Amino acid sequence: MIPLHHYLILSALLFCIGLYGVFTRRSAIGILLSLEIMLNAANINFVAFSKFVTPDNPIGQIFVIFTIGVSAAAAVVGLAIIVAIYRNYKTIFVDEINIMKW
Amino acid sequence: MVNAAYSLALLPVVGFIVNIFFGSKLKLKGALFSIACIAGSFLCACLLLRHVIAGNSIEQSATWFTCGKYSFSAGLVIDQLTAIMLIVVTLVSLLVQIYSIGYLHGEKNSTRFFAFISLFTFSMLGLVLADNLILVYVFWELVGLCSYLLISYWYNKPSAALAGKKAFITNRIGDAGFFLGIATLFYYLGTANFREIAEKLHHGGFDPHIITIAGILLFCGAIGKSAQFPLHVWLPDAMEGPTPASALIHAATMVAAGVYLTVRSYSVFSAGNFSLQFVSYIGIITSLLAASIALVQNDIKKILAYSTISQLGLMMVALGVGGYTAGVFHLMTHAFFKALLFLCAGAVIHNTGVQDIRQMGGLFGKMKITASTCFIACLAIAGVPPFSGFWSKDEILLAAFNHNKVLYGLSSLVAFMTAFYMFRLYILTFTGKPRDPHLHPHESPKVMTWPLIILASLSAVSGLIGSPLTNHWFSHFIYFHPEHHIEVNYLVMYSSIAVGLLGIAMAWLFYKACPNIPKALAENYKPIYNLLLNKYYIDEIYDTVIVRPFLALTRFSFSFDSKIIDGSVNGTATVTIWISTIKAWIDKYIVDGLVNLTASMVGAIGIVLRRLQSGFIQNYILLIFTSVIIIVLLKLI
Amino acid sequence: MWSNYIATSLFYGIAGVIVIFSILSVTLKNIFYSALSLIVALLGIAAIYIYLNAEFLALIQILIYIGAIMTLIIFGIMLTLKISDKTLQQHNKQQGLSFLVSGALAAILILIFIRFKTTEAVSLKAVSLADIGKELLTTYALPFEVISIILLAALIGAVVISSKDM
Repeated sequence: MIPLHHYLILSALLFCIGLYGVFTRRSAIGILLSLEIMLNAANINFVAFSKFVTPDNPIGQIFVIFTIGVSAAAAVVGLAIIVAIYRNYKTIFVDEINIMKW
Repeated sequence: MVNAAYSLALLPVVGFIVNIFFGSKLKLKGALFSIACIAGSFLCACLLLRHVIAGNSIEQSATWFTCGKYSFSAGLVIDQLTAIMLIVVTLVSLLVQIYSIGYLHGEKNSTRFFAFISLFTFSMLGLVLADNLILVYVFWELVGLCSYLLISYWYNKPSAALAGKKAFITNRIGDAGFFLGIATLFYYLGTANFREIAEKLHHGGFDPHIITIAGILLFCGAIGKSAQFPLHVWLPDAMEGPTPASALIHAATMVAAGVYLTVRSYSVFSAGNFSLQFVSYIGIITSLLAASIALVQNDIKKILAYSTISQLGLMMVALGVGGYTAGVFHLMTHAFFKALLFLCAGAVIHNTGVQDIRQMGGLFGKMKITASTCFIACLAIAGVPPFSGFWSKDEILLAAFNHNKVLYGLSSLVAFMTAFYMFRLYILTFTGKPRDPHLHPHESPKVMTWPLIILASLSAVSGLIGSPLTNHWFSHFIYFHPEHHIEVNYLVMYSSIAVGLLGIAMAWLFYKACPNIPKALAENYKPIYNLLLNKYYIDEIYDTVIVRPFLALTRFSFSFDSKIIDGSVNGTATVTIWISTIKAWIDKYIVDGLVNLTASMVGAIGIVLRRLQSGFIQNYILLIFTSVIIIVLLKLI
Repeated sequence: MWSNYIATSLFYGIAGVIVIFSILSVTLKNIFYSALSLIVALLGIAAIYIYLNAEFLALIQILIYIGAIMTLIIFGIMLTLKISDKTLQQHNKQQGLSFLVSGALAAILILIFIRFKTTEAVSLKAVSLADIGKELLTTYALPFEVISIILLAALIGAVVISSKDM
């Protein structure tokens, strides 16, 4: 069987890849995509721990359901904001949206 | 009874929520609903006061969260002090809201005002109900927020927006100290609960120096919120808000929160070896400074603002010299008469449209109720028996007299100046002949005069509960153990009456009998007059010493920002360009013979600062994670 | 024995696919392609869930992430036209440092996780869907309701924010 730490390493890699995306993407949608990768990394951790630590209790899986719900909400609101910004400023590059900068 | 306490605190929240969402659809734009909520709160406060007078107290707490080995609790405590504060807060809030119906009549967005007032009342009630410093800190920030929102109520007016910002930032400075104080106490005592702190300090065994530092840090919060020197500059500017809000927040309740905090954590102050002196020194400096500024101001609200600062300073003096009861007593009476003064000023401003007392005059004939209630308030603040201010001020002077004669003398001087400037205000505003023919004042509607009348009667009689006539009932009600007996000192009492009357007489002489004296004085002592008129130039000093250099620095960093076009994060090429840019800079200035080492050092600082403030959110995230990694590596190594 | 071996190597294959496609999705110039490669990565994660005896979650992953969220994001990409233009700079100028930082973080995390040598699971009693359902509607009923309210609020909020007159 695959040991626990392999799952954890997979999720760490995914998390850092997502982080890299958040650092470097210029477009807001790209950042949103990278965020989804990071959330998924966390989800893998949840499920892996759920299986290896509390095998007879589905608490980790339930948490993942909540996480998915929240990330769905985040994606929906985030995209709505992106669309609204795009309509007003014709760009979704976060370094060009600087109207709040003094 | 606990239910009464909960409903007391939660009713204003209901008022806030309903008003902010549906207020514009309610009757009178939601004013009636929020007044009903506050009235309910007031009834609960009365019930609780009766309960407390009967000798009971309520204390309830539950674990809020646990963090490592520390567990934080949240709860409420209702003792004598809280009961009095609850009555004061709910009563003044109720009257101010009733008054505001008239004051804000015709205002388009008055729903927002009533919603914020409800939120404020909730936060203030929470502040006095809280049983530990952390919870107090939460509500402390909430009242600060409400104050900011209400100062900037007319946010279209640039001065109001600026004043709100100033109040917020100035308060933050004090709050930072307050937070450090809480942290210090928590670190050394392991608890933030007031009762447990008092018990632990009572057992002793703590380094008094540390307790002193903790006390002074806690007092920093009070300095900010109660507008004590050197952070008093925000309160006069805060008068840009609507007058009822000034009456409630910046005269009666929120600014007294600092005094309340000092009273609540009195065990900390008395356990330190220098903190009480510090409190009294700050108090007397503030008090003298503000009272002397108030002597020459011409804006009716500014005078009242400086008067508030000065009175708060007196309360601090009282606390500093051990007059625990006197401070709380003056807090209560001051809340009534200062709210009354502000509401009177509001009525005058509302009906004449001007704020400068030199343009007023002769308003007594036109506004009889306002003028006579204002007269009672002036008598109360000037310390004329049997009005409330006399009894409380007398107790402060007595405490100062027993403790330190110099402080006593200076406090008496403050009392004298108070009487003088209050009657200067009264005489210039209400008596004599109208000076501006364009003004057509008239009496306010009943909805505004009734709160004035109620507050006036409270200002007149509320002092009696602490007078010898009731055998100093108040001092048996609220005291810092051990209960100490108040001796009536006739010397202090008569001299305080004399000082008050002297101030009134001087005001009468200056502004009624021989109106030339003030002008002559101002001519002859022009430097002093200008110094006072310009508030000791403290705002200007802050502006040049702190604000301008900071802005210059940021502007410098900004111009630097725009000069180097591409933020070069990595790569030798960019670094080379970087270095050569700096070199070019140095070269240019050496060739020109203008620059020296200082300039390049400032430039280097600018480069460092610019790195931190790139304005790109992703850069900030990167910075955060870089620091995380550095911290982890440090921990590993 | 053989099946076990195959299953194990399949896992590493899937993990590799996930990592490669995630890297693609954060580095590709064309944002549309990167959304597509994210879909592949998400499918791989669904497969990982099956390895972890969480078949229900695998289903949910496919239904919600790929079926709903990713579709939505692709719609978003299409609505905000022109951003998938190849001539535009899609990454900012801190790639090198970002790579260093995220690489260092990954290295630290992996060094920590290597020590978790709990090779075999204690018991492998599969958690059934019924268990999850029961827990959701009893112990976690309140969070469950809260999440539904959050989703409702997000729904309404999204409609309001993206409506024409904002």
